[in-house]
Amino acid sequence: MDFSFLWQGLLSITWQQMVMYIIGGLLIYLAIEKGFEPALLMPMGFGAILVNLPLSGVIDQFSAGVGETHGIIQWLFEVGIEASEAMPLLLFIGIGAMIDFGPLLANPKLFLCGAAAQAGIFLTIIIAVMLGFDLKDAASIGIIGAADGPTSLLVSQTLKSNFVGAIAVAAYSYMALVPIIQPFAIKLVTTKKDRAMKMPYKPQGVTRKMRILFPVVVTVIAGLVAPASVALVGFLMFGNLIRECGVLSTLSNTAQNDLANLITLLLGITISFSMKADQFVRPETFMIMGLGLVAFILDSVVGVLFVKVLNIFTPNNKINPMVGAAGISAFPMSSRVIEKLGQEADSQNHLLMHAIAANVSGQIASVVAGGVVLQYFANLV
Amino acid sequence: MSENLIRALEMLGQGMLGIFVVLGIIALLVVLMQKLDGKK
Repeated sequence: MDFSFLWQGLLSITWQQMVMYIIGGLLIYLAIEKGFEPALLMPMGFGAILVNLPLSGVIDQFSAGVGETHGIIQWLFEVGIEASEAMPLLLFIGIGAMIDFGPLLANPKLFLCGAAAQAGIFLTIIIAVMLGFDLKDAASIGIIGAADGPTSLLVSQTLKSNFVGAIAVAAYSYMALVPIIQPFAIKLVTTKKDRAMKMPYKPQGVTRKMRILFPVVVTVIAGLVAPASVALVGFLMFGNLIRECGVLSTLSNTAQNDLANLITLLLGITISFSMKADQFVRPETFMIMGLGLVAFILDSVVGVLFVKVLNIFTPNNKINPMVGAAGISAFPMSSRVIEKLGQEADSQNHLLMHAIAANVSGQIASVVAGGVVLQYFANLV
Repeated sequence: MSENLIRALEMLGQGMLGIFVVLGIIALLVVLMQKLDGKK
């Protein structure tokens, strides 16, 4: 009797697949032991192992005796991400339903912080091009600086980047590492006096009418200026309208909890399809991880510097420069970082509500940034 | 300068302009809505 089938799989393992098992294990470790974005990194880590088992049944295979067989993870990827970008977009409905734009509507000046903190995306694109990446790959890498996993995934997939897996891992890992990255970046460009600057918080009532009109207005304006952003902004704002309209509380709860959880549950393991060893284990992956870090640092630095310049023109209504760094989209981690740094500089300094306002502005700005990047390529002849 | 670098710089200009225009208009409309609400 031939027993070779017992070790056929073992003998087929390549060293690249071994590397992926280690990466998968590392992601699972970071998710469980360190609590880094566990809802995504854990499924991605496990999926990285699944798709890299020799002749894995979770991806399409062809064997002489059976012919072609279809794998579930490949099917999920092709239907849920590649064909329609449905998964990241549906997740946006849940995210929109979770966000309270009230603090931002009470202080609209902070919209500008969200806009400024997207500069890291475009500066990173330039660096990636200088390192030799193709323009579409460079744009996909730069969008890691949106600090928004679904946006990174959608843009890189739409542009058919060769590095979707590495970009997704970088985007989600660095979002989890915001409490480490941002204090370092902020301290590079601020003094203790800057960080101790107090901002009075005057809670202003935001009317229901304004809360309802806001998502509609944002969608229309973003759609008119950058039509390619409509899917991203529209689904985010649709979720927010469900939240704010006041007559769909059951749907709002479903979007915030059940829908977001279901999509998240499947998204991580689906992304792992792009973590096949032959696509992932290559020198560019390390460069992408480095560039993702650069994007987060540049976002934070430009956000701070922008507020410092803004303060020159509005001396009677100054903003703590750190609030500019909260303009990245990593919500709510970035707001917490700003509050913590403010209190370290002065225990009576409370910046949380201002940081939250800038942070939710960053959420809108990051999806608009994704849209304008796609728009740029749409307009290329 | 390579063509890709020129395009990346162009993307920086167009991208940041687009983001500031979108968020700037939204901010102005929010201020306007606040003022209109305040008058009532």
